[in-house]
Amino acid sequence: MSGFILSEFGHFGLRMDIAHQWLLLVPSWLTEGRTSIFAPKATPAQLVFGLSMFVLAIAAAIFLATGGILAYVLIRYRRRATDSEHEPPQIYGSNQIELSWTVIPIIIIVVLFLTTARVIFNTEYATKPDAALDVVVIGHQFWWEFRYPKLGIVTANELHIPVSDPQHPTPTYLEMSSADTDHSFWVPQLAGKTDVIPNRVNVMWIDPQSPGLYLGQCAQYCGTQHAKMLLRVYAQSPNDFDAWVAEQRQPAKASTVDGQAVFLRNACINCHTIAGTIAKGRFGPDLTHIAGRDTIASGAVQNTPENLRKWIDNPDRMKPGCLMPAMHLNDRDLTAVVFYLTTLR
Amino acid sequence: MADSIPLTGPIDLTSTPKARPLTLEVLHAWVTTVDHKKIGLMYIGYALVFLVIAGLEAIVMRLQLAVPENSLVSPQVFNRMFTMHGTTMVFFVGMPILFGFGNYVIPLMLGARDMAFPRLNAFSFWIAAFGGLLLYFSFLGGDGLYGAGTAPDVGWFAYAPLTAKIFSPGHSTDYWTLGILLSGIGSIGTALNIVTTIICMRCPGMKLSRMPLLVWLYFVTCCMVFVAVSPLTAAQIMLLIDRYLGGHFFDTQAGGSAVLWMHFFWIFGHPEVYILVLPAFGFANEIIPVFARKAIFGYPAMVAASVAIGFISLSVWAHHMFTVGLGPGANTFVALATMIIAVPTGIKIFNWIATLWGGNIRFTVPMLFCAAFLFQFLIAGLTGIMLGAAPFDWQLSGSYFVVAHFHYVLVGAIVFTLFAAFYYWYPKMSGRLMNETLGKWHFWLFLIGFHLTFDFMHIPGILGMPRRVYTYQLDRGWGIWNLIVSIGVIFQVLGVGCFVCNLLRSYFKGAVAGPDPWDAWTLEWSTDSPPPVYNFAAIPSVQSRRPLWDLKHPEDPDSKYEL
Repeated sequence: MSGFILSEFGHFGLRMDIAHQWLLLVPSWLTEGRTSIFAPKATPAQLVFGLSMFVLAIAAAIFLATGGILAYVLIRYRRRATDSEHEPPQIYGSNQIELSWTVIPIIIIVVLFLTTARVIFNTEYATKPDAALDVVVIGHQFWWEFRYPKLGIVTANELHIPVSDPQHPTPTYLEMSSADTDHSFWVPQLAGKTDVIPNRVNVMWIDPQSPGLYLGQCAQYCGTQHAKMLLRVYAQSPNDFDAWVAEQRQPAKASTVDGQAVFLRNACINCHTIAGTIAKGRFGPDLTHIAGRDTIASGAVQNTPENLRKWIDNPDRMKPGCLMPAMHLNDRDLTAVVFYLTTLR
Repeated sequence: MADSIPLTGPIDLTSTPKARPLTLEVLHAWVTTVDHKKIGLMYIGYALVFLVIAGLEAIVMRLQLAVPENSLVSPQVFNRMFTMHGTTMVFFVGMPILFGFGNYVIPLMLGARDMAFPRLNAFSFWIAAFGGLLLYFSFLGGDGLYGAGTAPDVGWFAYAPLTAKIFSPGHSTDYWTLGILLSGIGSIGTALNIVTTIICMRCPGMKLSRMPLLVWLYFVTCCMVFVAVSPLTAAQIMLLIDRYLGGHFFDTQAGGSAVLWMHFFWIFGHPEVYILVLPAFGFANEIIPVFARKAIFGYPAMVAASVAIGFISLSVWAHHMFTVGLGPGANTFVALATMIIAVPTGIKIFNWIATLWGGNIRFTVPMLFCAAFLFQFLIAGLTGIMLGAAPFDWQLSGSYFVVAHFHYVLVGAIVFTLFAAFYYWYPKMSGRLMNETLGKWHFWLFLIGFHLTFDFMHIPGILGMPRRVYTYQLDRGWGIWNLIVSIGVIFQVLGVGCFVCNLLRSYFKGAVAGPDPWDAWTLEWSTDSPPPVYNFAAIPSVQSRRPLWDLKHPEDPDSKYEL
């Protein structure tokens, strides 16, 4: 069944011709910005976009027709100073008219419903190609854990995936669950959101067609710092992605012993993992390759030594209510540990 | 024949002038009253106080969100604000104010002298009022003995497992649970009372098919309260068991289900929207015909549509859960059910337009609010269809688009018709008309504020802004829209200011209304303003849906035409 429906769309291909036609109708300020739902860059978002435009067009037509009649009636039949005091003729109803404005909406609903159902099944019943990449997504208060079980990679907050060529689709399938409260994975340009719920596994897929950085954030209230549980998805060309994978599979190349000692001596290891050391905590993000990331604190700030220093000194100042405690390191240890982290590529 | 009893001019049997009562006596009379009119007014007054409080909470949120990366309030405070704003508006403003109007108007419209169970009525009010006080006591006692109080911060739908003891220590969530539990008991009591009153207390000749549409809508609403509020009450008890007695209903870490709570909450939550909006339709059904000077068009269709909405609304709750991963089958079914509800809703809008057609529309303040309601409800319905298209909802769910949509229903439809209802029935309740000029200021300021706020609030949702974020990144391009949304609040506050001034000023200085200032047709206008304690000196008897029309036009009464 799924194959039958999908064949109409072609496998994982953007229907760019239609997309461009619809885009003409959407004002540019709604398609600019990297989190607009009207600037789709992957098939699931594209499917939603096509449906959205169809629904919007019907809604606009209904609004113009009904709203127009309403405005006409309000103006035409307003009381004027010249009106007599007589009451207007009393009309109690008409079964024919009632029937017509029952049947016409039903016809519109049937059309809308069938279109909607097709998009639901096209997205949720899409056949998974063998070349698909599997990523396990685990929502935490207030950050994202990404695990690539077949590649042996664990990372956080910045999801790297390959672009998908419509001829040879390599979509990414996200298997999602939560370690604590409900979250929701939402990168508007790639797909609609899917909730990330503890004690439950949800699956969604994305297939960005061009390389780039796609932004999003947690879309289900999950606690104090829900607002700064940001998402960054890096879609990379196959070569770039392979290079990233190779880099991630290496153990961390730390070039300092000082900072590492501070890290391993403190409570850091209770929550963080650094591959190749005794730090095997799972409560916080894996730091094995933290220096390779663009941001820290789940996308809240740029990954610079100054920000790292402020963060470790007192995370609450940067992201009030986050779960990492202030480490109260002395100045020397702070400098050492920051330097150590900046070497973890 | 019963119709020979005159409908106007109550006979005041207690006309000997009394000495002015002491303040204490007045207070005592209010606290111990079982009179449906006094209880109705207390409901309304109580709801207005909470309306102002929840409005202030909204202002805090809009100040914080006016610009990106703002740090006016901490995330903790912001989260409390949106939780308390939502909870208060739904449970301690929406429900009591609608029950207040229902309490006041329904017995009068039915030609009855009180509700069926006056003492249950008083009990329901006081228990609901206690619920509201308990919720707000959390600001003082939320953390018990351990520190300063904190209000609940789990969101108004309080998804599990955020409410579990481990994620929500202290007592703030307990105040939330108990407050809603008590308000639910009050709601069920009042709903039971209204349903019984409608079934048993109609005056002679008031067949079900002759009841004013407002009464029909309250009947449907109250039946829905039974079905919808009970699961919520059960869920609150289950949550208490989880938190204090070692239960694991929603405790995901012990194998409980977070999705179970969502089902329980939304099987309440979606019918709740209709519980709130159906009485608003009822106000429009009474006010639009009177000011268009025409009988309501298609009365039987309006009744059928209301009942249909009542039934269908019980099958659409999972459209709040399109992103939960219920699977394509469930999503398709719920999308269909959600879209079908547009049919009876459309019937209502078309019938209102047909009522206005050929009328002689007097644009007094109540009619202005109803006219705006018609446009706004049309838009709210259309964005509702967009959200009902499940894949579109995958993008819009949990975004500011949804927030804009449901405020279009709750403010654009419900609050606008409530204001209309205030201007319309205030003369009946107080004996004095509200000021028209100040009323027009109120209308236009509030209309501008509403549209600045809630029209532009759709846009950040389309641009990817989730709800319940205390701040947002500079580079997302949401700043300008949020600023416009916040500016709209200023106009809304000015509008509500005019309203409150009007309420107070008119009580002392308003023009004396007389029994029937709007030349209206339903029974409440046949008695004094304000009505005597016993409502009607002689129980009236009716021949049609518009008894006062028959009285005013004996040559051409409604009873000749109605089916």
